[in-house]
Amino acid sequence: MVTYIIRRLIWGVFMLAIVSVITFAIFFLVPRLTGATSESLASRYVGRTASAQQVKVAAEKLGFNDPLIVQYGRFAKGIVTGADYDYGPGVERCPAPCFGYSFLTRLPVWPDLLNRLPVTLSLALGAAVLWLIAGVATGVLSALKRGSVFDRAAMGIALAGVSLPIFFTGIVSLVLFSYGRPLAITAPGGSFTPFFDNPAQWAYNLILPWITLAFLYAAGYARLTRSGMLETMNEDYIRTARAKGLAERVVVFKHGLRGALTPILTIFGLDLGLLMGGAVLTESTFSLPGIGKYAIDAITNQDLPKVMGVTLVAAFFVVVANLVVDLLYAVVDPRVRLA
Amino acid sequence: MSFLELKDLRVHFPTDDGLVRSVDGLSFRLERGKTLGIVGESGSGKSVTSLAVLGLHKGTRAKISGEIWLDGEELVSASAEHVRTLRGKKMAMIFQDPLSAMHPYYSVGAQIIEAYRIHNDVSKAVARKHAIDLLGRVGIPQPDRRVDSYPHEFSGGMRQRAMIAMALSCDPELLIADEPTTALDVTVQAQILDLMRDLQQEFDSALIIITHDLGVVAELSDDILVMYGGKCIEYGSAEDIFERPEHPYTWGLLGSMPRLDRERTERLMPIKGTPPSLINVPTGCAFHPRCAFEPRTEGKGRTVVPELLETEGGHLVRCHLSLEERRATWENEIKPKLESA
Amino acid sequence: MSESPEPLLSVQGLEKHFPITKGLIKRQVAAVKAVDGLSFDVVKGETLGLVGESGCGKTTTGRLITRLLEPTGGKIVFEGRDISHMSQSALRPLRRDMQMIFQDPYSSLNPRHTVGAIVGAPFRIQGVRTEHGTKKAVQDILELVGLNPEHYNRYPHEFSGGQRQRIGIARTLALKPKLIIADEPVSALDVSIQAQVVNLLEDLQNELDLTYVVIAHDLSVVRHISDRVAVMYLGKIVEIADRKDLYESPMHPYTTALLSAVPVPDVKRRSERERIRLQGDVPSPINPPAACRFHTRCWKAQEICRTVEPPLAQLDVRHQVACHFPENVPSDAVPEDAGTPVPG
Repeated sequence: MVTYIIRRLIWGVFMLAIVSVITFAIFFLVPRLTGATSESLASRYVGRTASAQQVKVAAEKLGFNDPLIVQYGRFAKGIVTGADYDYGPGVERCPAPCFGYSFLTRLPVWPDLLNRLPVTLSLALGAAVLWLIAGVATGVLSALKRGSVFDRAAMGIALAGVSLPIFFTGIVSLVLFSYGRPLAITAPGGSFTPFFDNPAQWAYNLILPWITLAFLYAAGYARLTRSGMLETMNEDYIRTARAKGLAERVVVFKHGLRGALTPILTIFGLDLGLLMGGAVLTESTFSLPGIGKYAIDAITNQDLPKVMGVTLVAAFFVVVANLVVDLLYAVVDPRVRLA
Repeated sequence: MSFLELKDLRVHFPTDDGLVRSVDGLSFRLERGKTLGIVGESGSGKSVTSLAVLGLHKGTRAKISGEIWLDGEELVSASAEHVRTLRGKKMAMIFQDPLSAMHPYYSVGAQIIEAYRIHNDVSKAVARKHAIDLLGRVGIPQPDRRVDSYPHEFSGGMRQRAMIAMALSCDPELLIADEPTTALDVTVQAQILDLMRDLQQEFDSALIIITHDLGVVAELSDDILVMYGGKCIEYGSAEDIFERPEHPYTWGLLGSMPRLDRERTERLMPIKGTPPSLINVPTGCAFHPRCAFEPRTEGKGRTVVPELLETEGGHLVRCHLSLEERRATWENEIKPKLESA
Repeated sequence: MSESPEPLLSVQGLEKHFPITKGLIKRQVAAVKAVDGLSFDVVKGETLGLVGESGCGKTTTGRLITRLLEPTGGKIVFEGRDISHMSQSALRPLRRDMQMIFQDPYSSLNPRHTVGAIVGAPFRIQGVRTEHGTKKAVQDILELVGLNPEHYNRYPHEFSGGQRQRIGIARTLALKPKLIIADEPVSALDVSIQAQVVNLLEDLQNELDLTYVVIAHDLSVVRHISDRVAVMYLGKIVEIADRKDLYESPMHPYTTALLSAVPVPDVKRRSERERIRLQGDVPSPINPPAACRFHTRCWKAQEICRTVEPPLAQLDVRHQVACHFPENVPSDAVPEDAGTPVPG
């Protein structure tokens, strides 16, 4: 078991290293392959107004003329120990962990991300709780009442849920529930209150984004749970559980659902990890100042270091989520502990 | 009244392709301390019968009629909740493949403890002691350590022992074993059969053993019921079935199996064709398309369902051939071939 | 049956060890000794039965002979050619002569192919042209195994288990092989169907002059079908003899125990039968018991069984056994040597 954990941890660190290499390659190697020069790369850092001479100096100072491997070394070192950027007007300090330095706003990326993380985490975790409960409950009921009116209705709604994009459901729900046609019972979006300042206000501001985002995911989970339950409820061990004289409720939840849990767990970890790196569509639909919104703004402004920072953080969450799922596997399924 | 009595039990499943008559008019009796062997091929209805006795078809689409009397109580008409309280306590079941029949995520001990605590209001610690005690009694070494093992950490034979321990946790009076040794190696099968024989004597319970293996039935059973196409086609004492079988299907089963206790025969005598589909059960005698003696029934085999009639001393046979014909055929045609070298 | 100088198949010291890895760097810590030094010959036209309980390596042996697996030691000689380490492409022409029948007639047939395509596949793969076309050839084979040739265009799911096993057999027969390895050919079938398939295998052997290696756990079926029988235990052959000798005067205690454990449909004598009950299960092949692997369950075991591995010795005509205390030994038999001590 300890070996298993250590092996998974090493694997996780390895994955993160690979991710940093790939991210670096996307932002620095690929442009070169398509013909970008040191100067054209540097021009994105100093802005369009800079003169050719300024760009040339910046390119040299930012190290774009060094071999790529040296550049990657500097980039990786920055993440661990921090970095100093000297692109002409003066030296800018980017403390560790340095995920890049925005030359448009003259700010390191990491503190920005840290500021926005609570928004995204609140959104993702709240929605995750909702969709997990709603999706799994619907799936279980559908499986038990297979072919019933409930089953058909639930699966119909689920199909709609998976198919409708968030900017559609989001805007429709905003119109219906925030702008008073017919009800004005939730916040209109665009505002965020930290949980520790005022929990009630926090929830009030987030309830509509939560429901909208959860609807999208719950639909998939309902379908997944339903098919998983249909399969496990046909297992021999369910028949054994019934033959012992267990009440049907216990058979379904303790024996059936636990057996169907493994695939749900996998998808849940992945989804949550992805969302923590920014629920881009939800955040922009509801104008929430989270990481996703940050990424969109950075892309619009062509603020490359920010985009790169978001990419790294998002990848980090996915890798960590996968690691957690792997460890949870061993808790859920004792057969994994052998490995 | 007998301890267990089935009267004209029918279990039908409506499907898109038509009504599947898995069990179609089955009656038998079983006393405490006795063992009944139910023999049949796939689709004969033997497993469906056992699930019906346990009330496990309740709440499914299965249509059940007839009567099941257990110790003076009728179970077909009883409420699902009441039958549930009997399940595991008064009657218990051992399944074929103990690897898939035990939950892979719970320890063996936890599953036995659960079974015990459904019907006994005791603390976890008491139930755990009981589980260790049971594991020891079914021959699992170091039961106090093995109680926390998971099913996949047990060997096949150990798992089946654990399964038996689970079934015995509440001292059931009726024990149904569905192919209890089919998934096991032959030396382990012998151990499990011995164990079941010993435990039955110890607990004085009624035992139903369901199997396709005539050898296993012969080892344990007092009485034997042969099923074909959802019906009983022959019933009798173990001696009746093995020494004086009267139904052509039973002859066919005996002729199909190579036997270690006899001289090796040159050829096996298989039954032609395949077991019937339960959706399209042949008209008349369900066995007639495979029966070598069907021409001797003058067409009755194809049109009339034969009745289950007693020949002598509780030996029942469902066949159109006359008693004399059957006995003469067995003595002169079948038996010599089975025994010839 | 006469002693042929050149066996069709000869297996010498065959070994297959699967490595077990552990720890962070997946160091090999042990090996599953699935097959650990098998030697036997199969003569043309005979049937060799391989019996044993789960984990004895009988299935691995079948897969090694057909080279679905590559041995880690020893030699497999087929028709005088060493095929132990032949490449898959070099093996391809040999596959015509050596075919395998599998246990499960449900999973071993592709559900999306018609019977004609399944049985005709060997012709296409091997590029064989037949006189009246592949279809005619396939229909002839279907008829041979007792299937209706008109069912050429049907799919496997339209057939019962027994008929599917016939389709599987038809496929192996397509190219008139010399050797057929049958791995549990009847164990997934109903009793009445088992007998049909056993009879079919026998008829085909007589008609087509086939040689069989039948792998099975059912001792009664093996007795019925085999000329010679090898009993395996934890990757080794403990006894090999002609059918009659093995079943009537077994020498190895394990063989005796196996035979005694088979339930017999004889109610009159069930109380009189002498039973030998082995304790426990077959040990794991990962760390099999030292010296004689059977000593942990053997009622005759002495100190020597724990320290010295008994060799497979010829104790009677065509009867070899690996035991220090064999039973039913003819009085004039002299063991060749006493075996080699096992270190530790």
